[in-house]
Amino acid sequence: MAQFRVCPDSGFYFDKNAESLMKANAVAGAVFLLIAGLLGLGVILTRWQEVHLLPADVFYQVLTGHGINALIFWIIFFEIAILYFASSTLLRTRLAAPRWAWLGFALMIIGALMNNIAVLQGNSSVMMTSYAPMQAAPHFYLGLILFAVGALIGCMVFFGTLVIAKEDRTYEGSVPLVTFGAITAAIIAVFTIASGAIILIPTFLWSIGYVGHIDAAMYRVIWWGMGHSSQQINVAAHVSVWYLLVGVLFGARPMSEKVSRMAFLLYILFLQLACAHHVLVDPGLSAEFKVFNTSYAMYLAVLASMIHGLTVPGSMEVAQRQKGLTKGMFEWLRKAPWGNPVFSGFFLSLVIFGFLGGITGVVMGTEQINLIIHNTIYVPAHFHATVAVGTTLAFMALTYLLIPVLFRRQTFLPWMAKWQPYVFSAGMTLMILFMLGAGTLGVSRRHWDMDFTGAMLAFEYPGTAYTMMAVAGIGGVLGVLGGVMYLVVTVGSLLFGKKLDESAGLLQGFGVPLAPSSYTVEQPERLPMAPKLAVEEHGSAGFEAPGTFVLAMFLLVCFVVYYFINWDYLASVWPLS
Amino acid sequence: MSSFLPPAERNWWSTPVGKQEVIWVGIALVWCLIMFLMMPYWHLYGKQNLSSEAYQTTPAKFQQRVDEMVAQYQVGEEAGMPIVKPPVGSDVYMLGRLWQWYPILELEKDQPYRLHLSSMDWNHGFSLQPVNINLQIIPGYEMVLTVTPDQAGEFTVVCNEFCGIGHHVMLGKIYVKEN
Repeated sequence: MAQFRVCPDSGFYFDKNAESLMKANAVAGAVFLLIAGLLGLGVILTRWQEVHLLPADVFYQVLTGHGINALIFWIIFFEIAILYFASSTLLRTRLAAPRWAWLGFALMIIGALMNNIAVLQGNSSVMMTSYAPMQAAPHFYLGLILFAVGALIGCMVFFGTLVIAKEDRTYEGSVPLVTFGAITAAIIAVFTIASGAIILIPTFLWSIGYVGHIDAAMYRVIWWGMGHSSQQINVAAHVSVWYLLVGVLFGARPMSEKVSRMAFLLYILFLQLACAHHVLVDPGLSAEFKVFNTSYAMYLAVLASMIHGLTVPGSMEVAQRQKGLTKGMFEWLRKAPWGNPVFSGFFLSLVIFGFLGGITGVVMGTEQINLIIHNTIYVPAHFHATVAVGTTLAFMALTYLLIPVLFRRQTFLPWMAKWQPYVFSAGMTLMILFMLGAGTLGVSRRHWDMDFTGAMLAFEYPGTAYTMMAVAGIGGVLGVLGGVMYLVVTVGSLLFGKKLDESAGLLQGFGVPLAPSSYTVEQPERLPMAPKLAVEEHGSAGFEAPGTFVLAMFLLVCFVVYYFINWDYLASVWPLS
Repeated sequence: MSSFLPPAERNWWSTPVGKQEVIWVGIALVWCLIMFLMMPYWHLYGKQNLSSEAYQTTPAKFQQRVDEMVAQYQVGEEAGMPIVKPPVGSDVYMLGRLWQWYPILELEKDQPYRLHLSSMDWNHGFSLQPVNINLQIIPGYEMVLTVTPDQAGEFTVVCNEFCGIGHHVMLGKIYVKEN
């Protein structure tokens, strides 16, 4: 019999099984974030040429571990928690097949540990991408496969939970927008894992000698079918988190359900394309394939992101204006709760994702412009803006909400939590901007020594490149400090934070739920539809969110200018045909 | 509070969309189409386009072609590596292997060459500096592109795809001389 508790602060209902699984997955995610962050510190302190911390072999080993732990393990553990939240909690339903969910969790843990052990042993420093024919130890691939199977089980539990909610009619009308976004993420995840299986299983068999040859070019195309779409799971997930947070913080409703849902639908239809982003300068691929694939078929997924970029802050603005913050263009934003890390984390994630991550991604994914960017340090700069700030910071902001709501603890060191989003995003932004600059000067990614010590021929990057990498190094250290602050606050809250419920025990944070007395077997009341607005504003003559529109136009202007600057830069390099 | 509640209207599809969103979607769509059309436009009118000409090959076959070119057109040597000056407009070869770009090429400014690139072992990254042209070089595939150096001077090929412990010493040279 399913048991529920209601959170008195937020009104969310938690199914006991779902609650334990969410906690376990979120905590596991945070552990892998810790590993990823510490390894990241090693990476950036080595790329900062004046410091040049690690020897070459350790650097490549650390870089491999950093990428996998940050991009795969941290994010996907946390996303599984979000999937369970968006289905079971938001729809007030029991979780489907909790034993399967625990099996999935166990497989993910085993897989993640196995892969980390392989990297730690030192013979699998092949980078996250593990391009064949460079070969890692068999358990490197097997770990990833087990992890993916576990994640797939998590997705299936999510879909099953949706079916139960529908059968039991636990909600009125359609699923909430946040759940709709989570469905988008889960569908993309299934596609991603399928691509991963297609490439990783043969590669595993090759590593143990059952398959003789893996074609290096094919590997890249299919691997990126997984690698790129896995990042699109993050986009769909963190956009859903944005919508959730504006709802929780401001009581915001989507400006238009139709527009926001259509934008998610565009993600489902087109976002899995774009493996071509990574193979634009590979031999032999036709221009037609590259143009179609790299642009998500005419940039329809970019369109979707631009829509969310308007509607997320727009819905916040509408809600703020209804509360009377109507002065000028930006009173709604000025008087936002900037001291609340849930808000500041969300908003910085939105801004940095849009301005830095989004624009650079489209620019470098342009077929010809990629020639001047491929494999330079511009590339990691881009995806640190999208994933390390966009996704990670959104998840951090969500964590600050979950500490009281899910874990029933008061935030430990609230002043530190208050500053954390600012320190983290300031550091990361500094690092990103200067890595973008260094990449434009040709500095290579995944490279131990920009002095080329020991090379038979000589080459020197311009002095500016060194300065830029040094500033990026300072930014990176600051970013890691921000990450440490996040972990101090979260781990501290779970261990030392004041219990909000008497029955909460120490192990609560590690998946052991509240004392049974807090739960009831009664099915919660059916989730009602959102209240209708007294005055239906949609379709009225004026703009509901003029401030957001101005910001969106500013984004567009930056986008257009930067886009054509890069064409201009491309036009200056040697003619090729 | 409705971003996490079911929509207020059962039939949310027919709720009219605000003007602001319609305008923004329109503007964004136009911008997306412009960006999309820029790529075919550049194929027609731009000068920096990658050809899709490529052949499957083997390290041995490609090595042989490189060796033939070196035997025929070697003009010097630097750091133990031959410097090769092939005729203008001809097929020139460069291979990537652990951990060098071989051989050194000497080209004439403003003259087209058919440059063939391949790898003998793992993936390598052909990153021509300071011009900043970056190509992915994959074993088993021979990439062919027509390149016209429009600057004279010394250019370095940095490897920018991770290729093992000696990755950072993998450099090559292309000299472009005024004719």
